[in-house]
Amino acid sequence: MTKGQDMQPSSWQNPRPGDRYDLAVVGAGPAGLSAATAAAARGVRVALIERNLPGGTCLNIGCVPSKAIIRTSRLYAEMHDAERYGAQVPAGIGVDFPAVMERMRRIRARTVRPVSFHRLTAAGVDVLPGEARFTGIDTLNVDGTKLRFEKAIIATGSRPEMPSIPGLVDADYLTNENVFDLTELPRRLLVVGGGPLGCELAQAFCRLGARTIIVQHFPLFLPKEERDAAQILSAAFARDGIEVRLNTRPVNVHTEDGQKRVDLISDDYQSTVIVDRILAGVGRLPNVEGMDLETAGVVYDPVHGIRVDDFLRTSNTRIYAAGDACLEHKFTHSADAAARIVVQNALFRGRQRLSGLVIPWCTYTDPEIAHVGLYVRHANEQNLPVKTFTIPMHDVTRAIADSEEVGFVKIHVKEGTDHILGATIVARHAGEMINEITLAMVAGIGLRTLSRVIHTYPTQAEAIKKAADACSRTRSKPTTRRFQWRWRAG
Amino acid sequence: MMRVAATGSPVRFADVAAPANDLLLDGLQRAAFGYFVHAVNPANGLVADTSRQDSPASIAVTGFALASYPAAVERGWMTRAEAVTRSLAALRFFHGSDQSGSSQATGYRGFYYHFLDLRTGARVWRSELSTIDTALLIAGALAASIYFNANTPAEIELRELVDVLYRRIDWRWAQGGEATIRQGWKPECGFLHYGWEGYSEAIVLYALALGSPTHPLEGDGYDAWTATYQWENLYGHDVLYAGPLFVHQFSHAWIDLRGLRDRFMREKHCDYFENSRRATYVQREYAQRNPLEFAGYDENCWGLTAGDGPSDEMPEVTHERRLFGYTARGVPYGPDDGTLSCSGVLASLPFAPEIVLPAARNMIARYPEMLDGQQCASGFNPTLAGPGTRAWVSRGHYGLDQGIVVMMIENYRTQLIWRLMRDCTFVTSGLRRAGFRGGWLQSHGRDGS
Repeated sequence: MTKGQDMQPSSWQNPRPGDRYDLAVVGAGPAGLSAATAAAARGVRVALIERNLPGGTCLNIGCVPSKAIIRTSRLYAEMHDAERYGAQVPAGIGVDFPAVMERMRRIRARTVRPVSFHRLTAAGVDVLPGEARFTGIDTLNVDGTKLRFEKAIIATGSRPEMPSIPGLVDADYLTNENVFDLTELPRRLLVVGGGPLGCELAQAFCRLGARTIIVQHFPLFLPKEERDAAQILSAAFARDGIEVRLNTRPVNVHTEDGQKRVDLISDDYQSTVIVDRILAGVGRLPNVEGMDLETAGVVYDPVHGIRVDDFLRTSNTRIYAAGDACLEHKFTHSADAAARIVVQNALFRGRQRLSGLVIPWCTYTDPEIAHVGLYVRHANEQNLPVKTFTIPMHDVTRAIADSEEVGFVKIHVKEGTDHILGATIVARHAGEMINEITLAMVAGIGLRTLSRVIHTYPTQAEAIKKAADACSRTRSKPTTRRFQWRWRAG
Repeated sequence: MMRVAATGSPVRFADVAAPANDLLLDGLQRAAFGYFVHAVNPANGLVADTSRQDSPASIAVTGFALASYPAAVERGWMTRAEAVTRSLAALRFFHGSDQSGSSQATGYRGFYYHFLDLRTGARVWRSELSTIDTALLIAGALAASIYFNANTPAEIELRELVDVLYRRIDWRWAQGGEATIRQGWKPECGFLHYGWEGYSEAIVLYALALGSPTHPLEGDGYDAWTATYQWENLYGHDVLYAGPLFVHQFSHAWIDLRGLRDRFMREKHCDYFENSRRATYVQREYAQRNPLEFAGYDENCWGLTAGDGPSDEMPEVTHERRLFGYTARGVPYGPDDGTLSCSGVLASLPFAPEIVLPAARNMIARYPEMLDGQQCASGFNPTLAGPGTRAWVSRGHYGLDQGIVVMMIENYRTQLIWRLMRDCTFVTSGLRRAGFRGGWLQSHGRDGS
């Protein structure tokens, strides 16, 4: 059975829509699935409408497939770098790209199985495949079938944002939606855009053997992240052999004999690169068109998505939104968290706020770059005095033992307190490590308390303990500090 | 030994009078100044960026030269008349230079292109109209205008030229419509993408931009810049973080920031001078840890800063790791390819003489090949030495390295340049507008008297 057959088998028959649903969910991505199953589990009558496959971007064409490829590419990188670990570089390292992709598809099939149509039905959700259009403030039309709802959630996700580069459309370019369908490794690859997915895939394809160029319009990759993190990433890319072109944008693509000639411009310097494939569209745009949202009185913006308040309610009080269709942070886990808020607020008179969420995220490059909470620049803008406790990974025993010393843990606290405002971690396993900080922030645990938490030794998470220890050491009364601080020793 | 600064504040200036140290410093400072003697084009006062053949002039290096001439006069290395002649040559050139902003001009709106033809003064290398390098040039010119205060026709002309050059700089234009000052501009593409983000050597730039009576910075540009600072506890030191040493030195070459605090530093109960002292210690901590296991690094051998180093493209260099050529090396996140700078260490002398002097002595003793007639090479790399061979050493000399050594040793020994700039009303006004209070600024009259 193929992936698609599993999720929507040919024998599938749509349930007969009821006259009125307590909750209609448009979109069966992470947010829609989470909302539908959570509501159904509490006895709510739910209709879930999906025009494609359940699972959404992340499971099918986003983070899960990319992580599978990243893992294999990391293994190849380690084989090439074996001497760093005191091992011999294996003879004749050859990349079997079809095998890499086959493993990815196998993993993708496994991870989407729990959200097949049958499983959703068994969970008490009426699944209606088709296009949803609003026909009023509390009515929907699904491919000709009218549906009335008490409350609705729009969770239609997002799609790749295509840069408007002349000639790109004719260049058979790749996006995150079709890059995982490749059967042959591009010999030369140009990645346009230095956001998270662009960075992850550029490094992965380079490590699998593609001669990779990445162009980024801004002076640094991941422009929202800390400068040090972005610079470490630039250095890591250069070590991998990626040709890094910062401050650069493509202005024209010309396709000839299968080759793509891409004109680049960086300030006043113009150059041309020749590649076999172009990966573009790694930014995201919300899916908000084609649903007749105006008819339902839902205000939206084609770039920023559906406008919601802090309770995730749209301009139509019956209709809520969750996930990429309305959130700035387009992550699976934030979509899931938002969906839980929406179910509570829409159906059970909840007053949970989006601003109350502590949302971590991670870019799965090597090293990984993870963040939670405030950035220092945002705290400064709010006149919040910040102090950062920094532990370079080369001060962490396990990182040294693992030869994984690139990176740091930076934990930001409100000056004079141990109240954690945010953290950035750059490390091989930053995505795992950030969760300890997130837990502390959600539970209101101060950084000094983490100093009392016994961490298994040796682990790379010891960096967090060391930062907490440093915070504990700075605990002193203002009068003591005055004595301690000596501007110039006499 | 304790010295008393002009303000009467106690200053920990170690054992400068110890004959051995004084002899060492005198030799190093004089040798560094020798760069300006030889690298100048006497016809226009421009100073070459490096001692290498066909090097263009650098406007920043010319600024360092202008600030160094007074020290040379005081030390008897150059006559006052010679110093005035050299300074006037440069100032007359800039005053009469092509300010059309064309691709072959010298400048635009009072700013100058980073690199100029040493002979003609026209833009070379398609270089950018540089805001920071213009600031370093004009700071040197201002230092000269304070020092050369005689009522002779030459010195009067010198002061008038500096006043005109400073007043015509359009700092507001250099914001490019943004809150902070842009890093550069090119006639081919307009303002560069880069702005000033994070702590950097730009205090002197902002002080000059805010102090202008004609085209001062607009809005809260300085606050917008300091909002990008990061105050970190790193290796046990609370420090306003920036990786390379030069960031912690360049503004201090001109401005005595001891005890002066802006809003950020008042919040942190610190000042920029103390911060540079801590940053110097952070460098030493990094070298002691030496995470990348480079040769030579230890508590008395460090100094990662902007400068020349070996490059992957040099045919004579074979090395498995990446090499970065001329770049800003820094700690603790790099880039670090094993290249160190003795001039970078010496330029931290005023901040932490107790660790700088032992380090400088040690580095000179261990790697004498990086000194050429007591002039420090821009960089040296002990890791690239083969068995029994010497460290890799940067060829020739760079003007910025020599200039910062002359000025910081002078500030350590006599505080001459600091004292001169205290009397610059543009700078004191700019510092106040940036929110600086305390230190000598507190007791200094608002008219600069």
